Amino acid sequence: MAGSTVEPTRSAAGVAPSGAAAGYRPSKTLPFVAEFRRQASRRRTQLALGFMVLLPLIILIAFQFESGDDDNGRGEFGSLVSFATSGGLNFTLFTIFVSASFLLVVVVALFCGDTVASEASWGSLRYLLAVPVPRARLLAVKLLVALTYSALALVLLAGTALVIGTLRYGWSPLRSTVAAQLEPGEGLLRLLMVLGYLAVVLLVVAGLAFLLSVITDAALGAVGGAVLLWILSSILDQITALGAIRSFLPTHYSTAWLGLLSTPVQTDDLVRGAVSAICYATLFWGLAFWRFTRKDITS
Amino acid sequence: MRSPFPAARIRRVLPTGRRAVAASVAVALLAAVVVWAVWPDRPGFRAESAMLTVRSGPAGDEPVDLDTTLYLPRDASADRKVPAVLLAHGFGGTKNSVRTDAEDLADRGYAVLTWTARGFGRSGGQIHLDHPDFEVRDAQRLLDWLADRPEIRTDAAGDPRVGVVGGSYGGALALLLAAQDQRVDAIVPLITWNDLSRAFLPESTGAAPTEGVFKSGWAGIFFGGGGNTGSGPAGISGSTAEASEGAPASAGPPSPAPGTGPGTAPGAPTNGGAADPSCGRFAADVCATYLRIAATGRADQAAVDLLRRSSPAGALDRIKAPTLLVQGAADTLFPLGEADANARGIAAGGTPVRVAWFTGGHDGGEGPRTDSDRVKFLTAQWLDHYVAGSGGAPGNTFTFSRIAGFDAMDRGLVATGYRTADYPGLNGESRRDVAVAGPTQRVANPPGRNPAAISSVPFAGSLSSLLGGVAGDIPGQHARFESEPVAEAVDIVGSPTVQIRAASASGEAVLFAKLYDVNPEGAATLPSGLIAPIRLTGLPSSIDAAQPVTVTLPAIVHRVEAGHRLRLVVATSDQAYSTPIEPTVYTVALGDAPVSLPTVSGEPIPTEAALWRWVLVGLLAAIVVGLVVLVAVLRLRHRRQDTSVHPEYADTPLAVRQLRKEYADGFVAVSEVDFEVHPGQVVGLLGPNGAGKTTTLRVLMGLTQPTAGEIYVFGHRLVPGSPVLSRIGALVEGPGFLPHLSGLENLKAYWRATGRPAADAHFEQALEIAGLGSSVHRRVRKYSHGMKQRLAIAQAMLGLPELLVLDEPTDGLDPPQIAEMRRVLQRYATGGRAVLVSSHLLAEVEQTCTHAVVVNKGRIVASGPVEDIVGESPSVLFEVTDPAAARTVLDGLGGVRVLDDSDGNLVVDTNGTARSEVVAELVRAGIGVDRVVPRRRLEDAFLALVGENSRGSGDR
Repeated sequence: MAGSTVEPTRSAAGVAPSGAAAGYRPSKTLPFVAEFRRQASRRRTQLALGFMVLLPLIILIAFQFESGDDDNGRGEFGSLVSFATSGGLNFTLFTIFVSASFLLVVVVALFCGDTVASEASWGSLRYLLAVPVPRARLLAVKLLVALTYSALALVLLAGTALVIGTLRYGWSPLRSTVAAQLEPGEGLLRLLMVLGYLAVVLLVVAGLAFLLSVITDAALGAVGGAVLLWILSSILDQITALGAIRSFLPTHYSTAWLGLLSTPVQTDDLVRGAVSAICYATLFWGLAFWRFTRKDITS
Repeated sequence: MRSPFPAARIRRVLPTGRRAVAASVAVALLAAVVVWAVWPDRPGFRAESAMLTVRSGPAGDEPVDLDTTLYLPRDASADRKVPAVLLAHGFGGTKNSVRTDAEDLADRGYAVLTWTARGFGRSGGQIHLDHPDFEVRDAQRLLDWLADRPEIRTDAAGDPRVGVVGGSYGGALALLLAAQDQRVDAIVPLITWNDLSRAFLPESTGAAPTEGVFKSGWAGIFFGGGGNTGSGPAGISGSTAEASEGAPASAGPPSPAPGTGPGTAPGAPTNGGAADPSCGRFAADVCATYLRIAATGRADQAAVDLLRRSSPAGALDRIKAPTLLVQGAADTLFPLGEADANARGIAAGGTPVRVAWFTGGHDGGEGPRTDSDRVKFLTAQWLDHYVAGSGGAPGNTFTFSRIAGFDAMDRGLVATGYRTADYPGLNGESRRDVAVAGPTQRVANPPGRNPAAISSVPFAGSLSSLLGGVAGDIPGQHARFESEPVAEAVDIVGSPTVQIRAASASGEAVLFAKLYDVNPEGAATLPSGLIAPIRLTGLPSSIDAAQPVTVTLPAIVHRVEAGHRLRLVVATSDQAYSTPIEPTVYTVALGDAPVSLPTVSGEPIPTEAALWRWVLVGLLAAIVVGLVVLVAVLRLRHRRQDTSVHPEYADTPLAVRQLRKEYADGFVAVSEVDFEVHPGQVVGLLGPNGAGKTTTLRVLMGLTQPTAGEIYVFGHRLVPGSPVLSRIGALVEGPGFLPHLSGLENLKAYWRATGRPAADAHFEQALEIAGLGSSVHRRVRKYSHGMKQRLAIAQAMLGLPELLVLDEPTDGLDPPQIAEMRRVLQRYATGGRAVLVSSHLLAEVEQTCTHAVVVNKGRIVASGPVEDIVGESPSVLFEVTDPAAARTVLDGLGGVRVLDDSDGNLVVDTNGTARSEVVAELVRAGIGVDRVVPRRRLEDAFLALVGENSRGSGDR
């Protein structure tokens, strides 16, 4: 600090009626782009997104070691595995199929669960609030950015798989044993619908992770907690003795997107799944906002 | 403010007050929901089992014991009579196989009588195949018995209000009973036959059953299941029993244990050990007929007559009870044509008839859930109107369903329901012709029926037949004729017809016509595994001389997608049928007419899924509206926000008024704090650790809500998120940076978050203050504590805020840096700005600040200009050789007081008397003065008020 000087000038030339400093407007604080860049600079963001690109490549390479013994007799949808190399669309579908149940859950939980909790653990959260970034705005921007990154991960995964799958296996119709094969154009549309539904289902994870992120200061707790609860729900969903209660589990409709592969498209479970996911997400986010706008920041 | 006492910590962890209430309410609600969901429903009925002896037989004098159970609604009594339902089971079953359905109906308010038909289970007698004199008369006696029950509603004396429901064997009984006994008010026969001889000896060109091809697969299963003592495939018969319930079969594993199968039940053969081992519990005539047909594969007229006796076909005109006919599309035993014949026969007499098809049946079981729900609904609606007399008249709509694909969720099948205004029959509403082509082909009949093609496997479930997984034709034994891909999808509902020609050296041929759906990849599907057996006689030996014959295929509900082909296969053998055993070669060619497909344009039945769609739309709309309202309310509140300026504090950077912060667990961090910071001041907030300094600053930064009191910044009332916070730069509770960014990037990221113009940030000055040199480009993760601290101070100074709040700013700095920091802060405050510094170090405050506020245990103990507090105190410390003597001397001096006396040190309030004079007095008195130390006020105050130990306020 040696030799430092501070100009004794007042910077409060144009003070607003609200008493804010010149240039400060609550609705301008923490712009989306600023938060996007904050998150983009983080190693975990780069790694997660990078892995989304890498995974299809790894799968593609793995398929090159085809041993020839087909042992994919896992029900009607096991054909997704055997058809994986029949074209770019099928390859993408396979990649989504293997990632949907866990990988994407972890990635979404990472983006949404880490966002507030990590700021709290670094201590930077209190400086953001002292800017002051209004609490609701802080949450809204953080949520939007987290959701944007989650969507980006989904798109990167599917996009990479589609590009390299098409380059390697060609632009072929989408095939499965559950329905007639779909022409590439129609198949692409179905694929987009699958991605859309997956995005909706993952809103539950996003909601849960975000709520935990607001409640706890430990980023690991928020991410891990959301994934653990998701797994718990999946396990309970396997127990048929629970009967009708299972329909209320957030994971109950998580595989309903497979219905999009049949002809005609089975949308009944998709609609129910969407209702369930949106209800849960709204509840979790509502709680998160309610909690965060009232809590004492002690980190 | 951590308390070393576990009790306080535990108290903090434990939920208190509102939170406890909210938590317990949430837990209670959750528990209630779970309990409600899993709580077993209290049955709304009671069941009475009895062994009834009824007299039947041709003369009505042969006693037989029937094992019965009567399910009565709980509130049924002589005063509150209820309508009744006679619920019959399927072939090979017992009264227990329809228990679930009986309970459902009893819950709907019906008295339900179930019984084990004669020849099965614990009932006596022999199997006469729904013989009018035996099984049907048994049922008539049960109607008598019902009429005598006081709880049962009657239409007249001896005439109970009763509906008859049954599947398969029980369904035919319902039809035959309704024909024989006019007391029956309504019937619901499910998946049953019209003509048993045609069902077991079908011939698809319209020939009589004597020319039919024996359906040996199914016949064998039934004969085995119902007959042979101990040798019958009890498991299969058990499964048949399930297939015959109101909610028809499940394709799952058979449920009754082998021991409960017919023929093996204890005491079952009432005629003792005289049972013929080849007949089991079958009546002798039935048994003999079966043996005769099975041996030859042909039926004589006597056999056909016996089967006709057990068929509703001849008695339909006598049925006056409104009839709901439910038939399964996945049924190779009793295909849709059986219900069609029943419907036409009954409707001809003017009796109300309604037909419904579902995707189950003897092969398909209950079908998908939507289908079994629909069947249950239709049954209940029918009974409610025609038996109970409640509910509107059921419409005349014809409903059917088609398999739409696999359910992605539970891997079952999904069916889409359709309805049309009127029952179109098997010929559809319109027809669509598809030309198939293929050369004349020679096909061989395998000797000894082996190997034979497989079209369906009884009880294999619907999956196999739908997927075409089991369907297989043997090379050389079938002729193929294929169409071009169809341009648009065809919805086949009904019986397709095809035309073929055949030639045979023997003049006779048994052939099987099947219509496959072939997808573009070449995979062929045989809808429902249904095939049309044909027996042709008088054939020429040359195909050129052969006349075309029209074959009516079994009715199907199937959609042929656009781009798929139709494949007509004419095969010589099938495992399900009895074919000639001699090897022969036939010649097969197409006829003149194309394949004619019946079509029905049904309107999809809206399901609850449609409701969900509206729920989704409603939900989204509610969320949007909710968000809009929320934003509007927040805007309104924002507009109404108090922007008034407290005139008294308008020019005061900070005024804290009676601030109090009490945590939820009752801990009081700040009990009352009151101070002001004026422009140009550097105010030190001095106090020991835990005095409440940091809590005060946290409230000041809007991180924590105060319990009471106000804070004004330039006259603006400060609440969390107040815009006026933008005029405060802060370092509270240590630095907080993004560890993966460099120092400079952190500052820039922070400033971007403020949304203010970059020019206002004055990065250069801030960096100069931080004095990090080139380290500013290193990641913060690598910084030492002091470097982070300096960067944090720089961050607080970004934008040169008018009030700078620094919490322990010198923490981690080395002495030269501390000295520099002092200068920086003093200079900072000169331009009308103000600085608030918290510290627990007396010296720091003394050297840096113009004013000081001393807090302890959440209260202010002293405040004012540092000179006032730190300046010379009237008290002086004297270290003397003889304290006792010195005390005497000092007491003698006017106005001088000794405040303290310890270890030879005297603290003396000179009260205006010059120190030199006091010293002179002491020396004059011969007392040696070793030291004279002027005391300072701040220290006094600090020690006197704060105490020598610096225990935190958290320890109170």
